[in-house]
Amino acid sequence: MANQGPAYYSPYPAATYEGVITPPEGKALLLEDVVDEETAMREIAKQMLTKENATIFPGPQVLYAWSDEAKRKATLIKEMAEVLNANMIPMYDYRPKYPKIDAEVEINPNHPNLTIWENKIKAAIFIGVHCHYANVALKIVRAETDCYTIAMCALSGHEDAMATIRDQHASDLEKFIKIAKEVKSELGV
Amino acid sequence: MSKRSDMTNTHNWSGQKLVSTDYLLFEAPREKHFMTGSEVLKEAMKRCTVDASVSYPITPQSEAAHLIGELWAEGYVGTYFRGENEFGVMSEVAGCAMAGARTVTTTSGPGTLRAMENFPQWSGTRIPCQLVLMARGINSPLTIQPDNLEVSFMLETGCMIWYAENVQELFDMSIAAFTVAEKPDVHVPIITVVDGFFVSHTREAVMLPADDIALEPYDPYKAPLPPIDSETPPGRFLRDPFVMKSNYISYATHASWQWEVRSAVERSRPYAEHYLKGLIHITGEDDAEIAFVTCGTASNQAKEAHRELMKLGIKTKVIKLRTIRPFPAKELLAAVEGIKHIFVPEFNVVGWLEKEVRKELYNKCEADIVGGPRVAGGMSMPAEAIIAEVMEKINPGKGA
Repeated sequence: MANQGPAYYSPYPAATYEGVITPPEGKALLLEDVVDEETAMREIAKQMLTKENATIFPGPQVLYAWSDEAKRKATLIKEMAEVLNANMIPMYDYRPKYPKIDAEVEINPNHPNLTIWENKIKAAIFIGVHCHYANVALKIVRAETDCYTIAMCALSGHEDAMATIRDQHASDLEKFIKIAKEVKSELGV
Repeated sequence: MSKRSDMTNTHNWSGQKLVSTDYLLFEAPREKHFMTGSEVLKEAMKRCTVDASVSYPITPQSEAAHLIGELWAEGYVGTYFRGENEFGVMSEVAGCAMAGARTVTTTSGPGTLRAMENFPQWSGTRIPCQLVLMARGINSPLTIQPDNLEVSFMLETGCMIWYAENVQELFDMSIAAFTVAEKPDVHVPIITVVDGFFVSHTREAVMLPADDIALEPYDPYKAPLPPIDSETPPGRFLRDPFVMKSNYISYATHASWQWEVRSAVERSRPYAEHYLKGLIHITGEDDAEIAFVTCGTASNQAKEAHRELMKLGIKTKVIKLRTIRPFPAKELLAAVEGIKHIFVPEFNVVGWLEKEVRKELYNKCEADIVGGPRVAGGMSMPAEAIIAEVMEKINPGKGA
């Protein structure tokens, strides 16, 4: 919990106030370290393949067939889930609700913070979500859970995730799937 | 007519060739012109593929607003209309931008305060619109004279704030402003400030690229929030930051949202660094023990004082802050290394820049910080006033 520094008594930390910002083009972020994209992809695959209840949260930008890119990505995400042995929870509305929703009662409380809490998810990939909603959710998840959050972002990335890769288009997902298969083989899982 | 549907992959609706911001700012050949700040803002907007502009007259920005209106008549700006007052204008700017339009407006003085509630609303809804603030005095007593007190009211709105010194900087900065504000990981409004009259109404030499090139259009589908769109699923009839939904909101999510907005401003640093060629510009002697920390036209006057003090054998340097939000703290701290006396000349009575400088340097720098000289309400700041302040400090009682 961030109870000192620029955020003062805000219950949720903000990575930028710790000097961490989105990675430059062609690079990725693992915690606060800028690394090569492939290094990040390997670590992401490892986390997803070794943590409990690893889950992919596809957001609206890949849930709807609103562009050819979205359709291609959706197909690849399904393949990605199979390779990573991961669950998949569609995240139509990923705005963090807090604290009034009763996750035990509400049908499909598909909000990342509640879903992660309730399902004890230890590694999660956010993909196809709108950046600002994701950033707010990631701050809350980072503060309240021990989930290893991963942002696979088509735009500039998310410094509040534990791992972020940016400019992820269909061809990059194909690359990630290839790397994930290698890591899976290396780990023997 | 100006319509998005008239665009091609290579040209915008008015037939201008689409180019990158880097090309427009750094590579395109330029020619010398002689223009006022208002005229140069028109030239900048002409090269920005602007979708919408909303205006309301208030001195000294009226002329700039009027000239952007001429751009609409000439087919360069998609939509242009006059609001019912400044509150209406800023609300309408929000509507245009939420719907995915690259939107610009201008205001000054009391108009800024009349519209005040809208500015944090802009940043809260993460619209990348641009306000060109041609600073002037605020009531009361009524004045239309230069003064930048109004900037102090804007500091904590969650908007980026850049400050231009002259017409050339106004041109370049207002083009770069859209580009940085629209970066997906930034995507907050930007306020580009110039000192009214001193810049808006002053004719100066300015280097401009050709007017047959323009910025690529804004792509609202790269926004961190979905634009209002009833055509593309999921249909959006209202841009809906969840903080608007009080039934699900708590202190925690609201706090997190606000930190996210401010984080977005922080993320603009590397982009501003690139397009502005540094968040601060330094003029003067590397081994100076006296520094002026300035923004806007106070920088110009401080440079004149620097030249005069050099004749007296007194070494000084001018540290001009080009961004106020984000505040270039790290760059300022590096620039004041070895400095014994810092002067902060300002065009306002409260010394908002002095407060910013003190806050950032507190416990990090041993220099003596002097808040002054300050002028307000339309008074000019002659170099002699700055020199007198310096001489009083280093040679007390003996004057300049």
